Amino acid sequence: MTNTSSRVATKWVVFGGVVVALILAGVVSFYASGSPDGLNKVALDRGFSETEEPHSAADGPFAGYSSKGIDNERLAGGIAGVVGVVVVLALSTGLAFVVRRRHDEESDAPSDANRQSTG
Amino acid sequence: MHVPDGFLDAPTSVATGLVAAAAIGVALRGARNELNDRTAPLAGLAAAFIFAAQMLNFPVASGTSGHLLGGALAVVLVGPYTGVLCMSVVLMVQSLLFADGGITALGTNILLMGVVTVLVGWGIFRGLQAALPKKLSMVAPAVAAAALISVPVSALCFVALYAVGGAADIPLGNLAGAMVGVHIFIGIGEAVITLLAVGSIIAVRPDLVYGARRVLAERELELRPGAAMKGATS
Repeated sequence: MTNTSSRVATKWVVFGGVVVALILAGVVSFYASGSPDGLNKVALDRGFSETEEPHSAADGPFAGYSSKGIDNERLAGGIAGVVGVVVVLALSTGLAFVVRRRHDEESDAPSDANRQSTG
Repeated sequence: MHVPDGFLDAPTSVATGLVAAAAIGVALRGARNELNDRTAPLAGLAAAFIFAAQMLNFPVASGTSGHLLGGALAVVLVGPYTGVLCMSVVLMVQSLLFADGGITALGTNILLMGVVTVLVGWGIFRGLQAALPKKLSMVAPAVAAAALISVPVSALCFVALYAVGGAADIPLGNLAGAMVGVHIFIGIGEAVITLLAVGSIIAVRPDLVYGARRVLAERELELRPGAAMKGATS
């Protein structure tokens, strides 16, 4: 009864979404506003921004969303963005699969298990 | 709204770190019931998209920008427990790899952007879902409203933390007014991005959206009374 044949497969939804994320972080991010964000602007205006301490990871290869050693600003930012998307995707997908419910533990959800374990 | 090192004093940062660690512990237990082989890849997508969207600062007022926080988006896509985990991964990578958000402030940032936005977003979304017609078309607008409100609430929570352990002695009323004022505009941007993202996935695969499943289940029961009877008797 379910329209499994006509609907878009989950892997293609995820693939499409990841492509969008890569384009946003790798290309569109170059055009993001460079103005201080809400909190930083309020800190400047209200006079407490000077308590900010230098970041202890400020010398890292991608600190400030810019790749060290690449002069082209667009490329340096784009690479940093792509690296970030890949790292976040890998960590969160990995974590989700470690935490998830395994098939053999799904005895209390028979309809769900049936749907998945066919094949 | 990434808090840098030095805005809050050490005891407050330790306290927020402990609360954030506890929240992640609870989320790790709870996410077990939200995640399976089918939904786990969605958690990866949600976190990756939120990371990317957070890079896109949009102008909100003269000389001020803002970006998506993503808590409401995460909670409606993957559920509250998994939502906290996704936001925590994003904030850890941002702090450690991109020097965005202080390392001693990591607990503060996870609390403000990973826990408060998720809880507020989920609470408002569920409230709206109860009040609005039970239709699939209502899911994305309800999340957008939840997203809008979650941002100034998170900003107010920062003010509350600053009241407890702020490094500088500044008038708190002014700080609250300034923070809420600017973050309402950031919240509007948050609502637009959340509406587009959730609306897009609902258009292709509404069953993948955690916050839409209740509506889909009810629709299924209405459309297939025979199936509902069978389900009830078996």
